[in-house]
Amino acid sequence: MKLNNQNPPLRGGLEGLMDILRFITAGSVDDGKSTLIGRLLYDSKSIMIDQLEAIEKQTKNREEGEIDLALLTDGLRAEREQGITIDVAYKYFSTPKRKFIIADAPGHIQYTRNMVTGASNSDLIIVLIDARQGVVEQTRRHSIIASLLNIPHIIVAINKMDLVNYSQDVYNNIVIDYAEVAKSLGLKNVTYIPISALNGDNIVETSVNFPWYEGESLLHLLENVEVQNDINLTHPRFQVQYVIRPQVDELHDYRGYAGRITSGIYKKGDKVVVLPSGLHSTIKAIETGGKEVAEAFAPQSIVLHLADDIDISRGDMIVLENNQPKVEQEIEVLLNWMDKKPLKQGNKYLLQIGSKTVKSVIREVEYKIDVNTLQQLPSPEEVQLNDVVKATIKTASPIAFDSYKQLRTNGGVILIDETSYVTVGACMIQ
Amino acid sequence: MSNKYSLDYLEQLESESIHIFREVAGQFEKPALLFSGGKDSITLVHLALKAFRPGKFPFPLVHIDTGHNFKEALDFRDWLANEIGEKLIVRNVEDTIKAKGLTEPKGKFASRNALQTYTLLDTIEEFGFDCCIGGARRDEEKARAKERIFSVRDEFGQWNPKLQRPELWNIYNGKIHKGENVRVFPISNWTELDVWNYIRKENIDLPSIYFAHDREVLEYQGQLVATSKFIQLEETDKVSVKKVRYRTVGDMTCTAAVESNASNINDIINEIIATKTSERGETRIDDKVSEAAMEDRKKNGYF
Repeated sequence: MKLNNQNPPLRGGLEGLMDILRFITAGSVDDGKSTLIGRLLYDSKSIMIDQLEAIEKQTKNREEGEIDLALLTDGLRAEREQGITIDVAYKYFSTPKRKFIIADAPGHIQYTRNMVTGASNSDLIIVLIDARQGVVEQTRRHSIIASLLNIPHIIVAINKMDLVNYSQDVYNNIVIDYAEVAKSLGLKNVTYIPISALNGDNIVETSVNFPWYEGESLLHLLENVEVQNDINLTHPRFQVQYVIRPQVDELHDYRGYAGRITSGIYKKGDKVVVLPSGLHSTIKAIETGGKEVAEAFAPQSIVLHLADDIDISRGDMIVLENNQPKVEQEIEVLLNWMDKKPLKQGNKYLLQIGSKTVKSVIREVEYKIDVNTLQQLPSPEEVQLNDVVKATIKTASPIAFDSYKQLRTNGGVILIDETSYVTVGACMIQ
Repeated sequence: MSNKYSLDYLEQLESESIHIFREVAGQFEKPALLFSGGKDSITLVHLALKAFRPGKFPFPLVHIDTGHNFKEALDFRDWLANEIGEKLIVRNVEDTIKAKGLTEPKGKFASRNALQTYTLLDTIEEFGFDCCIGGARRDEEKARAKERIFSVRDEFGQWNPKLQRPELWNIYNGKIHKGENVRVFPISNWTELDVWNYIRKENIDLPSIYFAHDREVLEYQGQLVATSKFIQLEETDKVSVKKVRYRTVGDMTCTAAVESNASNINDIINEIIATKTSERGETRIDDKVSEAAMEDRKKNGYF
């Protein structure tokens, strides 16, 4: 990678109208994923001199003025020694417009598990395609996972354009091919961009090497994609994390339900119902940051006060009477298995939804999904690490939930092994 | 950001951190907040106030004092604990060294940084803490970039990077066996600049050493180290009084100062925006020991 960095400093933080974009990059080292992340960090001046010196030392066969920015995303000694990759690493950079959090899920092994983890919190996914290879099986796999996890925005970055002479025909053909994939998966908000991460073409500035490309640079796209609209403000959901009860005389009546609004808007005076108990009350007051406010919205952390003294504990949900989630003891899920020990039908696990944990049993595994083709395969005897299956789960007590497709923030649950306490599965409620 | 139903990035970060704090309160029997007197743990205290007031913190502040701390940081620690009326527990590395017959590191900058871990693990055992909240950030260092927000440690305090739990959505799995504990990092997703911007926005008090002041320093391999009784001076050493400030606050033996005229928070933020060196690279002598220094310390129970 050439370090002819002439761009003005981009680090943010001057006066903040900034918001946050969380994104995941999908692709392998071969697609230039690490180089792309290195390029974004470098060009946004998020790499410091001492860090550059450290990777310069590691760069082998270094040509003049070139260092291997892929090394920046390289991990721990434990990984290097054993040739493995560990889960997801997070990288940060910012521009005056936005703070960016990159979930970097590396490697081919355990890829589904890692990508599901990284994708669960992402607003956007960059699907990297090697211009010489076009749409391949891996591209489909990444796109299928993006659709399962309901990532709101997709950028298809067609990389290594320098190796195909910046050919518009090559680019157009890949766009046509990918559009088929997107159509079959029902993917929306797909943007295409030709790039060369290695040379920095179309990364920060649009490149003269693409006279035929009329869009914006990758960084410009990342800075301007509208994510505020992805926050649901129409279905109020609030789960109690902790009950604040000051043990002092002057506040002996104070009973505040602390938690985070995951979607929607809450107003003083709203008629509410507590789930799963079904008890009714009215919002007496809302506090945020110690101040009383008339209304609060997602994703604010707040304290709610109700007009009635009713029994409410951690994990209970407070919602509006006229807009309620489902409250049931049986859920249908798409389940990604994340443990080496296989899952069997009939096994019991702890199920955690937000701040609520209940016992559960896997009632039925209906079928397995081929993550390369989306085909339904017969239900396996044992569900292995990385498998995605359709399953039915019964819980020991009712939980309040929404369909993941409709409300991402109240439709995802994890499964925990009852004896090892390890997180073994991620479920998207259907 | 004209929409009245939207948060700016500092408000988003704050809300996420408060959510993490409340998960700690909801999931653990006996948590503790590890407090060093540095800007990151001061930010944690500020966030905890937002998460739990008007109630009391559901945890004490715990300081593992190496005996090599800056006086300004210790004074600030005591002042803050008193100001907010929360319990402060201090345990001294000095006592652990005596009780356990530990060997003090030797050399010019003999650092007790590694010995801290012994005192920390003893303190965890003494009080039966099942969770320790810390101010580590993922942007600090590459071993930290890979750590979860809820990071499970075994009874020896060891971090096993290969056995980390996947962390999905905003669901935190803090279930542990007896003897294990969880390290929780509420400001994992904050960068150095985010912390400073938040300190400015919220007008948070800091120890005076973060701001430019005159100090007698030793120039050593390009870094400025405050002279103190903990550092052995030699005749050839170049000592002078310079205008400096601290970008991080650790032990006097392993934290370097930076030359600076930044006497207020706006100046500091401008300096950080313009800097070409990372926070730990510029100020921490202990990270330079090896490529994997932090990874090794974490595996042994360090934060």
